[in-house]
Amino acid sequence: MSWFVRGILGGIHTMRRAVRAESAPGTTPGLPTSVSPATAEQRALEAICPTNAIVAEDGGVRVREERCVHCMRCSPAVTAASLPWRDDVAWVRGARREIDEAALRGAFRRSIHVRVVDAGDCGSCLSELTHLNDPLYNMHRLGIFVTPTPRQADVLVVVGPVTEQMRSALLEAYDAMPEPKRVLAIGACASSGGVFGPSFTSAAGAGDVVPVDAVLPGCPPPPLAILDALLALTGDRTR
Amino acid sequence: MTIRTLAPDQLVAACNELRLAGWRLATIAVTDSELPELRYVFWNTNGPGWQQLRVAPPSPMPEGVRRIPSLTPTIVAADWLEREIEDLFAIDFEGHPRLGDFVLHDSRWEEGVGPMRAGARTQQALVERAWRPRRVLRDEGAFVMPVGPVYSGEAESALFLLETVGEDVVRTVPRLFYKYRGIEKLAQQRSVDDALLLVERANGTSAFAHAWTYCMAAEEILQLAVPDRALRLRTIFAEVERIRRHIAVLRAIVDSTALWVPAARLLELEEHLLRMCGDLTGHRYLFGFTVIGGLQRDVNDEALTRGVARMKAIVGSVRSIVVQLERTSSFLDRIQRVGILSPERAHEFGVVGPFARASRVAYDLRRIQPYGAYQDAAFEPPTASEGDGYARLRVLAEEIAISLSIVEQLERDLRPGPVRVEWTPSAGEALAWCEAPAGATVQLLRLNDEGRCTLLRFTPPSFRNWQSFRWVTEDFAFQDFPIILATCGLSVAENDR
Ligand code: SF4
Ligand code: SF4
Repeated sequence: MSWFVRGILGGIHTMRRAVRAESAPGTTPGLPTSVSPATAEQRALEAICPTNAIVAEDGGVRVREERCVHCMRCSPAVTAASLPWRDDVAWVRGARREIDEAALRGAFRRSIHVRVVDAGDCGSCLSELTHLNDPLYNMHRLGIFVTPTPRQADVLVVVGPVTEQMRSALLEAYDAMPEPKRVLAIGACASSGGVFGPSFTSAAGAGDVVPVDAVLPGCPPPPLAILDALLALTGDRTR
Repeated sequence: MTIRTLAPDQLVAACNELRLAGWRLATIAVTDSELPELRYVFWNTNGPGWQQLRVAPPSPMPEGVRRIPSLTPTIVAADWLEREIEDLFAIDFEGHPRLGDFVLHDSRWEEGVGPMRAGARTQQALVERAWRPRRVLRDEGAFVMPVGPVYSGEAESALFLLETVGEDVVRTVPRLFYKYRGIEKLAQQRSVDDALLLVERANGTSAFAHAWTYCMAAEEILQLAVPDRALRLRTIFAEVERIRRHIAVLRAIVDSTALWVPAARLLELEEHLLRMCGDLTGHRYLFGFTVIGGLQRDVNDEALTRGVARMKAIVGSVRSIVVQLERTSSFLDRIQRVGILSPERAHEFGVVGPFARASRVAYDLRRIQPYGAYQDAAFEPPTASEGDGYARLRVLAEEIAISLSIVEQLERDLRPGPVRVEWTPSAGEALAWCEAPAGATVQLLRLNDEGRCTLLRFTPPSFRNWQSFRWVTEDFAFQDFPIILATCGLSVAENDR
């Protein structure tokens, strides 16, 4: 039996629901979120967060999500004093201002080509990106395609903190893309430097090197959050 | 563990003696960056045991350089370790065939910066210079085709210089460390808990193995008795990670031959394992699961039993895909007799893991230097002898089945109990090791009494295996390059650190 026939007989495995409605266990680690007012125990979590993602202020706790490296120290399974952890996947945020979906809708006509630049990633962000090809997620059905050619790319996806030795390659990749173009920083590393940057080898994320439009927190962000972020850049997150 | 102190001029002879007695070089560490002292770490291939040779290099030469005899002409496996130390500590290895442009690219860094030396400026003097590969091939019509550092889809950044005289590639020289993050340097002065996060994120797809190794080193220094339940769960999840990573490598191999249907199936099976880990431990890649003293959280027993049953089904599906692949002659044609690593070369280069086992080097730390709960499980790591892409595929497939059996054996006798012990800081040094998915990983760790990390030497398997890559990629047809690369299962992130 050929692989083609086997493929057909295997049936459709893709999730049936919209990206934001999928909720199978283990699809997302969750993400700590701000709370106000906060208890004294919650405010004390500021001291255990390795990347200063948790800030106690004005009687509440503010989480700088793009700094969270998912060390899990403040998760509900580890501490009773946990912050609320969100279980949705709409984690993406505009880097400078909120994402204007209406304006984007015209720019890319709902289909986008993505170029990925690994600027020092640990392998997990890339792995989650690879899983968008997974029949379970299947980004192609949503009009998202990964391309190796900068000339065809609409969106530059950056993973990793941007190591010194990847800085010029990232800049070249950005410069080679035609307008209009968008830059999406994926993961704590690319959004804020994560555990690595800024340092003698790494920048504090992609924003230090290229103009970033949107950041997606998470270490790593799960495939569903990446899909949602890419859909946000097409101007239609309802799919 | 024995540590012998030697004078620099005794070094090469002493190392050679160990080599002839069956010891292999595991790593070279610079353990005191102020008055640099080198540590040569060897493991025994015939039974448990480690040895270290300590050498204080002579005082600086007039030009400020410290010089020490190179081991590379005697022990080839020292080649990359010495190049790395030369770049990071500005220590010169006398008699080494090629130093320079390795971890620190000449196009970006001044020579002799040595950022890991004590007191070196970590705000380096960066330069912007053109860099040209050295061409070795001098034949008529020969040229170098560079591939990378950014080259395709979701590939990791690395540059490959393919030297060719037409359609056939004569040899390939990888240029790595584009992703150098300097984890060993960053770890210094971080708290023992926070340095763990760096090691965990050296290679996210083998995060658990490296994090566990680090924890074992710290626990030895702190003299902690990790609870039995934590040891067993660590061992179980190390095997889950191995299965997941091996499935990912199988997927990459199948993908490189453009068989999309089985590639998609394998991707989906890997996703099921990721979800299982996410469900049981809170993190799909097991980040934050192991911590110093045990586990950060316990695992629900019933959920684990269900997870193991699910894993059994996943491994069964992988098995049937592999069986079908072995009946697909067009697939076999592309992975058989390509990318051959001979047993002699594998041995000489100190290659490790399934990559080595496919070339008849049957060295597995789980068996020879047991740790965790491996002594409670019966298993025999597989080997093959052809050393080609197909041998590597078979070894990976067999290891997946063996890992499942280890998980099943350990899960059966899992007893309730605590999973974490408290600790207070104390100073010391320890060496720890583990058979990571890609092979042996070794860490030398030193902590001070304030609970800070003052030294981390971290030599992962991909670093050892990449060193042999240029010999795996000699004389092949250009279109086979992605296939050979995929069969090696090498991680760039892990190598670059
Ligand atoms: S999980 Fe994130 S927010 Fe919580 S302590 Fe860790 S890094 Fe900080
Ligand atoms: S954000 Fe986390 S998962 Fe992503 S590359 Fe960085 S360390 Fe790895």
